[in-house]
Amino acid sequence: MFRIRFHGRGGQGMKTASRILGTAFFVEGYEVQDAPRYGAERRGAPIFAYVRAAPEPINERGIIQRPDLVIVADDTLVPVPAAGVLAGADEHTVLLINSHESAETWIERLNLQGPLLILPILEEVEDRAELPFIGATCAGAAARLVGMISRASLEQAIRDELEHLGPTIVDKNLHKSLEAFDLMAEQAGSVTPAPVLPARKWERPAWIELPFEDARLSSPTIYAGATSEKLKTGLWRTMRPVIDYEHCNRCWWICSTFCPDGAIPVKEDGYPEIDYEHCKGCLICVAQCPPHAIAAIPEHQFQEDEPEGEES
Amino acid sequence: MKRLLLTGNGAAAWGARLAQVDYIPAFPITPQTEIIEAIGQWIDSGEMAGRMVTLESEHSMITAAGAAAATGVRVFSATSSQGLLYGMEMLYTVSGWRAPFVLMNVSRGLSAPITLEPDHNDILAARDSGFLQIHCSTCQEVLDSTLLAYRLAEDEGVRLPVIVNLDGFYLSFTREPVEIPDQEQVAKFLAPFDPQNTRFRASTPESQAVAVLGGAPYSYFRYETHLAALNAIDVYDRIADEFTELFGRHYAAAESYRCDDAEYLFIMMGSFATKAKAAVDQLRDAGWHIGLLRPRLLRPFPEKLFQQALTVTKGVAVIDQNISMGKGGVLYTELASVLAGRAESAPLLLSFIGGLGGRDITAEEFYEMAETTRKAVEDGQAPPPRLLYTEAELRETRKLQAIAQAECSKLGNDK
Repeated sequence: MFRIRFHGRGGQGMKTASRILGTAFFVEGYEVQDAPRYGAERRGAPIFAYVRAAPEPINERGIIQRPDLVIVADDTLVPVPAAGVLAGADEHTVLLINSHESAETWIERLNLQGPLLILPILEEVEDRAELPFIGATCAGAAARLVGMISRASLEQAIRDELEHLGPTIVDKNLHKSLEAFDLMAEQAGSVTPAPVLPARKWERPAWIELPFEDARLSSPTIYAGATSEKLKTGLWRTMRPVIDYEHCNRCWWICSTFCPDGAIPVKEDGYPEIDYEHCKGCLICVAQCPPHAIAAIPEHQFQEDEPEGEES
Repeated sequence: MKRLLLTGNGAAAWGARLAQVDYIPAFPITPQTEIIEAIGQWIDSGEMAGRMVTLESEHSMITAAGAAAATGVRVFSATSSQGLLYGMEMLYTVSGWRAPFVLMNVSRGLSAPITLEPDHNDILAARDSGFLQIHCSTCQEVLDSTLLAYRLAEDEGVRLPVIVNLDGFYLSFTREPVEIPDQEQVAKFLAPFDPQNTRFRASTPESQAVAVLGGAPYSYFRYETHLAALNAIDVYDRIADEFTELFGRHYAAAESYRCDDAEYLFIMMGSFATKAKAAVDQLRDAGWHIGLLRPRLLRPFPEKLFQQALTVTKGVAVIDQNISMGKGGVLYTELASVLAGRAESAPLLLSFIGGLGGRDITAEEFYEMAETTRKAVEDGQAPPPRLLYTEAELRETRKLQAIAQAECSKLGNDK
């Protein structure tokens, strides 16, 4: 059985990627299971989707513990612990990262045991939450890497899954997806199904006797909003609002009040200051600012301009 | 007939479409919403007849469903988790009306704390409501069970509403190959609803279940509802056989997987049971005589079927994806009552609780549960119920607690 996981951000089309790959396997006569997994739905937050495909009916279910292939559509997720990009990956797992950087850089950075491939980023985009056609691109690459899916089956899968979006969008996705399919020609078939975990010998689960703890600890209480400070939701941001203080007229309340996350405190001198550790980049402040003194710039562009950016 | 990749929610919507339902009262809740969205689109595009109405709450939705069913039309509705509980008062009421319809429940763990992922405390809260319950483990089963549920609900020997249960995420958002039968074939199995004389009509005033009754007449109606539910065991077997003849798929009241010659059994409900099947296959390869028994009908409870299935077994691992605070697993308790008072020696029953809020149960954990059961049989004594939880999971929770407590002292909440 093939076990494949796609990682991306809400809005990047990882569910679509899993569906295209699932349908392509199905067209090839495989039994298939595909599904997205996310918490409370949020654009920009890490999500993953997975595909299982086998010649026989599939009884395994839920998250994939030991993936044969992991595809990362957005390389900024790799260092985010909550994204769990490398969960269960071992020397058998092929890792495919959509990135500007080289395979060597990632292998060194991640201290990887298994093979790593790069899906090169060919064009720049403003908002990474909208990486265009990245779902279909990733599905095309994956289809070639498993070596069991023909170009025609991939094409049919894209038509089936995206038909409702109209012929122009289908054509663009087809182009991107087949391009990625062709790009992976040399690695065709490099992803193989790992054997099922046998029941002759297994690593015993480290079960514990859960101790009683009184309600002061064991009730699900969150002590004030202050605790949210610890969770750096700024990592979700794909677009960064930037205040131009020369044009800010110190109205002192509009951007700060409209910010749904309370991430724009106003300083004593009356100027607002964006807390980038917690700003999720929704850009409501940009839309609300009366003198248009807040601009939006792509986060990756900011990171490139100031690689040692003072904040997140 | 066509075979497509469908989510569990898609399969549920197809079940309603093929049953040619007349009325769909609806209220959205994750992870169920896709069911009513699909039906809404079909009604808009003219692919499906029927009237969909969005209500202001699940309480009203179930009231509307029961009231419409009492007029003799075929009714479909769907909910999940908190929604099911919000409608709880009316679940008991409409089953008392003996109004037959089908309600999908997409299982999701209950608050508090909040989760979106599945366990069975929501559906089990409705256990004693008078609704019959069918529990599904695959997307195909969701579609097929919807059709079976209408036959069961509308049978003149039953006349009770039925909940068809599917797990959130693990079925609701998971696509699997599903055979969609042709409408003509379905029509052979499921004729239009004939309510006979139990039917409200316009301009012929009647009232139902509004009188305040004393104990004797009250008991009569409650007992009759119970007897109708018990009837549903035999009725179900007959309907399931008819379904097999037409569609080739068989759904016993409880599914037995590799149970012949089994010395050990896993017993569990819902989609996680397919994970138990995968474990059974591996354990069999390693020389075990083990199988899986999966209740599909929980109400009525197919007691005889379980008594027979358990006669040759040495040890049983009951895996509950639910927890009754202060008692333990609900299915474990139900099975213990099946075995109580039997003349012949009963198998040793072990209780495991896991999969709450969608928490995974790994292959290793299934193997370990089998091993624990084998050891218990050797020792002749069952260990206390095991709450599946690992060191790593507690560590992860400790991190969250550390964050939650971080500002405690600053706010004067110090311990």
